[in-house]
Amino acid sequence: MWTAILRTALRYAAMAMLAFLLFGFILLISGKDPIQSYRDIFVSTLGSAYGFSEVIVAMTPLLLTALAVALPSRLGLINVGGEGQLYMGACLATWAALTFGALPPWLVLPIMVVLGMLGGAVWAWIPGQLRARGIVNETITTLLLNAVAPMIVSFFIFGYWHSPMDTNKTSIFSSSARLPTLFHTRVDLSLFLGLALLGLFWFIMRYTRWGLEMRAIGGNPQAARLNGIPTRGYVVVVMCLAGAVAGLAGMAQVSGYYGVLLANFSRGLGYMGFLISWLAGGSPLGIVVTSFVVAIILTGGNLLQLTRDLPYSMINILLAMTLFVVLARPSLSRRRKAT
Amino acid sequence: MSLLALLGVLSSAIFSGTSLLYTTLGEIVGERSGIVNLGLEGVLLVSASTGFSVTYLTGSPYLGVLTAMVAGGLMNMILGYLAVTRQANQLASGLALMFFGFGLSAWIGRDYVGAKIVGLPRLTLPGASGLPLVYASLLRFDLLIYLTIPAAVLVWWLLFRTRWGLGLRAVGESPDTAYASGRDPRRIRYQALWVGGMLVGAGAAHLSIAYAMNWTEYMTAGRGFIAIALVIFAKWHPLRAIVGALLFSAAVAFQLLLQSSGVQVSPFLLNTIPYLLTLVVLIAWGGRRRVAAPASLGRVYQGAE
Repeated sequence: MWTAILRTALRYAAMAMLAFLLFGFILLISGKDPIQSYRDIFVSTLGSAYGFSEVIVAMTPLLLTALAVALPSRLGLINVGGEGQLYMGACLATWAALTFGALPPWLVLPIMVVLGMLGGAVWAWIPGQLRARGIVNETITTLLLNAVAPMIVSFFIFGYWHSPMDTNKTSIFSSSARLPTLFHTRVDLSLFLGLALLGLFWFIMRYTRWGLEMRAIGGNPQAARLNGIPTRGYVVVVMCLAGAVAGLAGMAQVSGYYGVLLANFSRGLGYMGFLISWLAGGSPLGIVVTSFVVAIILTGGNLLQLTRDLPYSMINILLAMTLFVVLARPSLSRRRKAT
Repeated sequence: MSLLALLGVLSSAIFSGTSLLYTTLGEIVGERSGIVNLGLEGVLLVSASTGFSVTYLTGSPYLGVLTAMVAGGLMNMILGYLAVTRQANQLASGLALMFFGFGLSAWIGRDYVGAKIVGLPRLTLPGASGLPLVYASLLRFDLLIYLTIPAAVLVWWLLFRTRWGLGLRAVGESPDTAYASGRDPRRIRYQALWVGGMLVGAGAAHLSIAYAMNWTEYMTAGRGFIAIALVIFAKWHPLRAIVGALLFSAAVAFQLLLQSSGVQVSPFLLNTIPYLLTLVVLIAWGGRRRVAAPASLGRVYQGAE
């Protein structure tokens, strides 16, 4: 048992090394010192309390968007729509923030959470219904709706919500519409919402009848239906729940992280969630660990931009190379299918 | 609405739709062999930035187009390695490729943001040179635009009229059967990805070298995903892809027309039309879509023992 774990850990360490080597090569071509860059990345993220808190901030939305993929994957559903669901959640939550901003926080924030989850849920309900009725499979529809959601957000921002000074963002939310932050850092309450939901997900899958039935549907839908499990109902409800979780991530981004709604604020948080959930095999603990690693890389990107005058997006190369080596890992790729 | 304004609208619609048709054709070739590339956005970006920087450095737009095509092919080879050789999940591999493209294109193009290039030369439409200059100036297109329809026909011919295309489609339907009939599914999928990547690269080249004539980070702004939608809309058929790209161009043209006639409709809402229309078409087809989609699309080919 322990040797197996050790071997897995070693294997992952070797794969990470390979990714870092490849990216170091690119840094070298750009005329930067890779070793110094890596040292900076690690010192700035894990070397100080502030840096660590920034990693946690980057990790928070990923926990939620990954859960939004992991939950339906237990039914064998592929939800690539986290991105769109996140935008719709942010959209409705912003409406609440702008409309009820004068109310006290204990009233505004719950409204925003509920509306944010509703926005995501509605956006996932459409693919859920279409899949449950056997009309279109959810991979295609979620992908299509992903592209539509940011445009709806832009429509509202540019048309109605923009602040007097800007065209592409709203005014800063009133303080009562902001999620409270903790310990004088930018870490906000949504971290605990994310962790709690992941815990709940683990508990439901393991100890409840719902979890059992979901696993049954994921294993063999036909057998599940013959045993009287309402598979269609499960498909719709689970998709809606997943959408709600992604919508919550959107709400947390606008209410906690940004404090405004910005057009095209997320460039791939939902897709990142898909990758994380897939790499973690849909396991809650795996999602936390993988999100943490991804967050370190993403936070390190800021540093590349500041001190190495390289574009921030370049950090996506390191991220992608890490993903490549994990995707190309031997034998493990067929390990388990949506357990 | 004058004829001149109408021509102007038409001309800009053609310019904005061209890159989309090439991209859609490229994705069709890949998907016909059973590989779905969700990282199209990343492939487009890398091709666009490479093509642009080569054009800037050498001063030759044609060389730029060629490099962009090769870059597209190479990007698809990464997907091929992951999804075909290593048998990794196609959706996840594609998305990883997308993030790779975000980063790599930003790196390649970092010194060329705001640079000026001489774009692809525009040639007046044959027969239009006799028209008054104002009209003729709107009917000037570059070589890539003239080649769109021939390219679509060529892809159709390759897929449906050659032995290679037959093998490719056979692999897309059932790799095991194709293997049993003496074909090598892996090799064919690599070939399809290479050809598809070259086409995607041509689309990206048109975007950065002929249409926008500049490079900005994330300049594709979702075109890769529109193309994926159009592939479905076109039922994986190259000639129907022309209709899809026209539809997109029409949406752009419609938007410009409304703007020029003073009607205020949000461009964002108009931009949703291609996606929503694809969705409506999918719903209208109901479950029968299965007939059109390559049967092994997205599945891992484990190889024959």
